[in-house]
Amino acid sequence: MDQAMTDQDIHAPDGHAENGDAEDVWTVAGRTFRSRLIVGTGRYKDLEETGAAIAASGAEIVTVAVRRVNLSDPKAPMLQDYVDPKKYTYLPNTAGCFTANDAVRTLRLAREAGGWNLVKLEVLGPPPLLYPDMRGTFEAAEVLIKDGFEVMVYCADDPLAAKRLEEMGCVAIMPLGAPIGSGLGVQNPAMISMMMEHITVPFLVDAGVGTASDAAIAMELGCTAVLLNSAIAHAKHPVIMARAMKHAIEAGRLAYLAGRMPRTMGADPSSPLTGLIR
Amino acid sequence: MRDVLTLLLNGENRQFETPARGPLSVLGLLTELGLDMRKVAVERNEEIVPRSRYAETWLASGDQLEIVHFIGGG
Repeated sequence: MDQAMTDQDIHAPDGHAENGDAEDVWTVAGRTFRSRLIVGTGRYKDLEETGAAIAASGAEIVTVAVRRVNLSDPKAPMLQDYVDPKKYTYLPNTAGCFTANDAVRTLRLAREAGGWNLVKLEVLGPPPLLYPDMRGTFEAAEVLIKDGFEVMVYCADDPLAAKRLEEMGCVAIMPLGAPIGSGLGVQNPAMISMMMEHITVPFLVDAGVGTASDAAIAMELGCTAVLLNSAIAHAKHPVIMARAMKHAIEAGRLAYLAGRMPRTMGADPSSPLTGLIR
Repeated sequence: MRDVLTLLLNGENRQFETPARGPLSVLGLLTELGLDMRKVAVERNEEIVPRSRYAETWLASGDQLEIVHFIGGG
């Protein structure tokens, strides 16, 4: 663990500013962002709460799902009325897709609905784990990249799979820290660290974060950013948790840039041992 | 008497009358459904219908259509 963290100090996947100040930005598929928190827009009480929580999170990218229009209520309020696509970068996802074909169809529709190529691909295995189905993910990624999409990809914490996805042309690698919506936190910090060593595109923890400290841990490991939804939406007070996440991401990022002190098995006093009264 | 089209629309069989002046287009269908065209996307028989071609994409009985939009998601 310590060794892995030391190595990351040398290998900052996306480059970083000297002082961790406002210049500390990251870039994916040619777009540059300041916030290192990407938030989902699902599972909120209503659209008003969605808008308020997202504003409080400081996120610049939001994930959105693609679903059938309710034809019996065509004038129902829409997400765009509360989360302005001119202000936030919409990142359409393929949540709920269990085959490569469904994921590809979904993102082609998303591109037509919104007119952009930057997407989040996830092909899931069955409940209760909804674990990334890597065979389906590879298949969909290949078709989407050929079709001109810029694919940020949700994946297993598998270093070989992640490298292969990067080599195929995926623009961000996003392994899970724990199953989607589980709130178990980053259960695989050592593997996340080891995967990151070999990835040069942005590397995000996507899924698993349950509370602010989990997000901070992901950032301290050296992740470029963190993607989460339920940790905010399912908190008792989502807007307050959104603020907490904003601070946790910033704190974790600064701690990573600062470089943590080494761990030692024993005390090392902070006050001098000389000049003591006798 | 006008022709009646049966479309599989978002998984449900729905019937529509063909307009008096000719066949029903995707544009005609979206207008009849009262949808905001800037916020939806349409797939016909698993092929995307580009927005620029709504007016000239004619529908036939048995067509499968998916009309989608963005909603909250993680």
